Amino acid sequence: MSVGKSIPRVDAYDKAAGRAKYTADLCPPRALVARVKHAETGNGVVKSIDVSKARAVDGVTAVFTCFDVPNRPFPTAGHPWSLDPGHQDVADRLLLTSRVRYYGDDIAVVVADNETAAGQALRLIEVEYEAYPVILDVDEAMAEGASQLHDAYPRNILAHTQIYRGDYQKAIQEPGLIKVEGWYETPTVQHCHIENHICTAKMEGGRVVVTTSTQIPHIVRRVVGQALGIPWGMVRVVKPYVGGGFGNKQDALYEPLCAWLTTQLGGRPVTIDCAREETFVNNRVRHAERAHIISWVRPDGTFAARKLELFSNQGAYASHGHSVCAKGLGAFPQLYPCDNLECDGYTVFTNRPAAGAMRGYGIPQAMFLGECHIDDVCRALDMDPVDFRRAQVMPVGYRDEFSKNENYFDTFNQVMNKGMEAIDYRRKRERYRSQTGPVRRGVGMALFWYNTAVWPISLESSSCRMVLNQDGSVQLQTGETEIGQGCDTVFSQMAAEALGVPVDSVHVVSTQDTDLTPFGTGAYASRQTYIGGFSIAQTAALLRERILNYAQELTRQPVHNLDLRGGRIVRRTDGRGYMSLGELATQALYSASRSEHLTAESTYQIKNNAYSFGCSFAEVEVDIPLCKVKLLRMVNVHDCGRLINPALAEAQVHGGMSMAAGFGLSEELRFDPATGKPLNNNLLDYKLPTFPDHPALDAFFVENPEPTSPFGTKALGEPPACSGAPAIRNAILNATGVAINRCPITAHVLFDRFRAAGLL
Amino acid sequence: MYDIKALYEAESVQDAIRLRLAHPEAQLIAGGSDVLVQIREGRRAGAELISIYTLDELRGVTMEPDGTLRIGPLTSFSHLARDPLIQQHIQVLGEAADQVGGPQIRNIASIGGNVCNGATSADSASTLFAWDAVVELTGQAGIRRLPIQAFYRRAGVVDLQPDELLTGILIPRAAYEGYRGHYIKYAMRNAMDIAICACSVNVKLSDDQETIVDARITFGVAGPVPLRCPAAEAIARGAAVSEETVRAFAAAVLEDIHPRDSWRASKDFREHIAVELARRALRRAVELEGGTL
Amino acid sequence: MAQYKLVRCRINGRDTETMVDVRASLTDLLRNDFSLTSVKKGCEVGECGACAVLIDGECFNSCIYLAVWADGKEIRTLESLLGPGGELSDIQQAFVDEAAIQCGFCTPGVLMTATEILESGKLYTDEELRKLLSGHLCRCTGYQNILRAVKKTMYQRLGLPLPGAAEASAIS
Repeated sequence: MSVGKSIPRVDAYDKAAGRAKYTADLCPPRALVARVKHAETGNGVVKSIDVSKARAVDGVTAVFTCFDVPNRPFPTAGHPWSLDPGHQDVADRLLLTSRVRYYGDDIAVVVADNETAAGQALRLIEVEYEAYPVILDVDEAMAEGASQLHDAYPRNILAHTQIYRGDYQKAIQEPGLIKVEGWYETPTVQHCHIENHICTAKMEGGRVVVTTSTQIPHIVRRVVGQALGIPWGMVRVVKPYVGGGFGNKQDALYEPLCAWLTTQLGGRPVTIDCAREETFVNNRVRHAERAHIISWVRPDGTFAARKLELFSNQGAYASHGHSVCAKGLGAFPQLYPCDNLECDGYTVFTNRPAAGAMRGYGIPQAMFLGECHIDDVCRALDMDPVDFRRAQVMPVGYRDEFSKNENYFDTFNQVMNKGMEAIDYRRKRERYRSQTGPVRRGVGMALFWYNTAVWPISLESSSCRMVLNQDGSVQLQTGETEIGQGCDTVFSQMAAEALGVPVDSVHVVSTQDTDLTPFGTGAYASRQTYIGGFSIAQTAALLRERILNYAQELTRQPVHNLDLRGGRIVRRTDGRGYMSLGELATQALYSASRSEHLTAESTYQIKNNAYSFGCSFAEVEVDIPLCKVKLLRMVNVHDCGRLINPALAEAQVHGGMSMAAGFGLSEELRFDPATGKPLNNNLLDYKLPTFPDHPALDAFFVENPEPTSPFGTKALGEPPACSGAPAIRNAILNATGVAINRCPITAHVLFDRFRAAGLL
Repeated sequence: MYDIKALYEAESVQDAIRLRLAHPEAQLIAGGSDVLVQIREGRRAGAELISIYTLDELRGVTMEPDGTLRIGPLTSFSHLARDPLIQQHIQVLGEAADQVGGPQIRNIASIGGNVCNGATSADSASTLFAWDAVVELTGQAGIRRLPIQAFYRRAGVVDLQPDELLTGILIPRAAYEGYRGHYIKYAMRNAMDIAICACSVNVKLSDDQETIVDARITFGVAGPVPLRCPAAEAIARGAAVSEETVRAFAAAVLEDIHPRDSWRASKDFREHIAVELARRALRRAVELEGGTL
Repeated sequence: MAQYKLVRCRINGRDTETMVDVRASLTDLLRNDFSLTSVKKGCEVGECGACAVLIDGECFNSCIYLAVWADGKEIRTLESLLGPGGELSDIQQAFVDEAAIQCGFCTPGVLMTATEILESGKLYTDEELRKLLSGHLCRCTGYQNILRAVKKTMYQRLGLPLPGAAEASAIS
């Protein structure tokens, strides 16, 4: 049995040895260097651009401006393409733009022999702008008369969707209801994978070859084709090891521009290597969100009616667009079902960097907004937050009519029980009840709702190829991508288990190359382990069938009495071993009478989806005079079904918890209000947590096997980032009695709130 | 690849002075943790550099016959923090040095480079101010010595003449003997960060530890350059070791500091934190001296 | 006009002589001239630690270290930790065993700092280890398993038993 074991990562040796190759390690050494000229105004139009001095710099090969690129808008989101034009991603990008929609928009590009020349040339480009007022927040953007970013979207509203149920207006008339109302807010944050986005393009055989740090090679192939106006088959995309993505690389980033440049330069290799400063603002960010939430609660804690107005800050371009807001909007009525609801979600363009996918896809925001509010409700009712949630949370047996997702197990209570025990919740809650000193402690918690993958909103399919080698080992290929999360390892385990071979006989091909790899949409939506499982199980069954068919002749046993176990052909009835798979494979390949190369390939379209739930608990120490929060302990508990590799699962949860802690306490990309210029787009001023900022992180699991998955598994990639921030906020509330309705809860925020509360 | 026009490597202090005179536009580079970053961001792109990184004669801490501690300006923060003389006599400087950036930064960044940047946020600077440090500047005409307070002219500008090199940071015996200090860096993270406010206090108590004989307090990021707080120091000098003294001392820092509003922190917030840091740093320094509050 | 200097240094145990463009960082030298691609670029300003290498036993961010300064120095990158048969060293193996590696991009730099820590021969508390490792940013691991791996190797090298419940017990 391979599944369920904590085997080391299949790429661990290469990564520990420093041999794993990432895109930068594969760029041709003499490739041309392209660097983008970013606009120095936050909203406006490029009136003229003078590149004559830039072109004159020694070493500069070419300079292209927004007036040189084709007028062929393309979408960038890493979504499966839709055949329904109404459901296709918004095509609002050009390779370079004269309409500047955020500070740093791409208006020209310098191509040079080396980065120094490129840098010198960039500084010599002279641009004249017509500048418009800068709009950074959704309320300004939606105001009458606000500067419009995209012609097709009046009041800058990209989309507005609703979920209405029952009769909210009537329900709130019920006597004796307690109204709890609040505004909650989350910041713009960035993924901060340590490898910046980088891509390199060249032409080979008349086709464009792009090697890139991406989560979605097959989607990037399509987007490059769309952007360049060439058949998609004329593009080849190669994805080597990736130094983290977290959703940022779930967009086509600079691949279209890089690909276009090589076509303009006779197919010479061109590299675009984002600086960290560019990664922060010229890639993607997480949507900042604001929410107005009203709950009408009966004294017994039940909800009579609830209202949510959710505003999602899209920034300058549509990217993933309203999907992110819609996911959070959809979670609201499911996590705490209520008969009377009014939920409105708006996604609004502003002059911030384009927001796209980021680990959790709107759920970290929705959970911060919603789970802070739940604790406010608990406070209004004087109820314990865990007891309240036990009574009101989605019940066992709940089924969502749209996704057909079903809550099969008592997961919420199970994870809360485990979390409470781990953090000693009851005793601490009691101990921290009436503190008065300058330094106080608190415990808090929050739940999260998540669902795996994107069905039924978009296509879910996965493809897999297995090739048997002479020695009985198997190459495994899928279109799903390793970006650090460990999918190569769990796929190997699944394949080994499904085939009946030892896991070290499975050689996973880590690199995706759209010319060689079966189609797959890539790493996002916490989908790969779940989705990949279907095609791995199906393809393994096909290969087994072919192997056992071949074995029939060699063993003279009927196929139905043969099995492949531990890499050996055995007779089912008594377990007698006949030969190793290697012996069979050698025979099969070289047989003079009946040679056969045993391979299998298949695609499975998944029309299922699975809930994945859990919770976070946090314990904090708040130094009130210093306005500082020290995170003392953090615990996450997940039910992601059966664990394929417990050690990797635990490690992945740690990373998500860290991201949640940063979201809750320190991370925020900030902009100058007048110009929209980013203020802290570097790793010094953007406060990513460091080693000493974290306490011990503890990850626990409840393993209720997911019935729709061949391996009993479901989402784990993103869920760890979803509930940590509100748990921390609720712990601060417990410690100080001060409800902070925005994150990150920095010292500056605490200073203002503690002063307002009379604590300072 | 950095956009550097030319690099001149000094082989001695005298050679560095000669290179400075020969290339008046050139920028001195010690460890480079600031200069190289500025070249990359374009602020100093195309610069000529005079590297003094390899002048090992400017590294290390020694004690002069009169008890003056001499800190070589190229001493890295990590070496400073580990230095036995520093640990014995002005441990707080080692503690401040140990809070600069992260370990790799502390291995490359030098105390002299930190001081010559003239930044108010430099972790070493506020502590050096609190120890009445003297800078030794070597030029064509010889050696000039200057109290560190006079060396800092305004934000980012120090009194380093075109022919000069910082060749020593001196702590006179009278400044450290009998004193203990405490430094608090207030930043948003516990590592890899720059102070929003920093406070360094050192005190000398009477033999019976009942009276504060002397106290010196410096703030970083409470003005354009690190600054001492004479009003607070006057309150503490000769006062009884008591909560009341600590309170009055801390409140008085507001008379001398003048932090500004910036996107990093508001003036109000910095003032609040400054008072709190003064209170905590004095308490701790008194405790280290054996006093009880 | 480009300016060059002959730099003689020892890289991963071998004496080298290279004509170096004075504008080059040590990262440039190691990656471009010696193909030591374990040296990663993450920020180029000394904030992330992905490019860290050992110079005369101390860890430096090679991105903000001029290549010409390497003259006369002994430089070690992650490639130097492997045994002659490609064997992982104890600290590398600990990273594998403790699931301290995910995307792997920060890994080489962290391993070099871990090497400096371990070569000090000292025993550190968890808090001290966190501080000693704090020059490396990692977005995948929450630092938890990296700390575990370094700590385990530190105890192994010192011949001491690893304390039971790691730091979880020390907190509550």
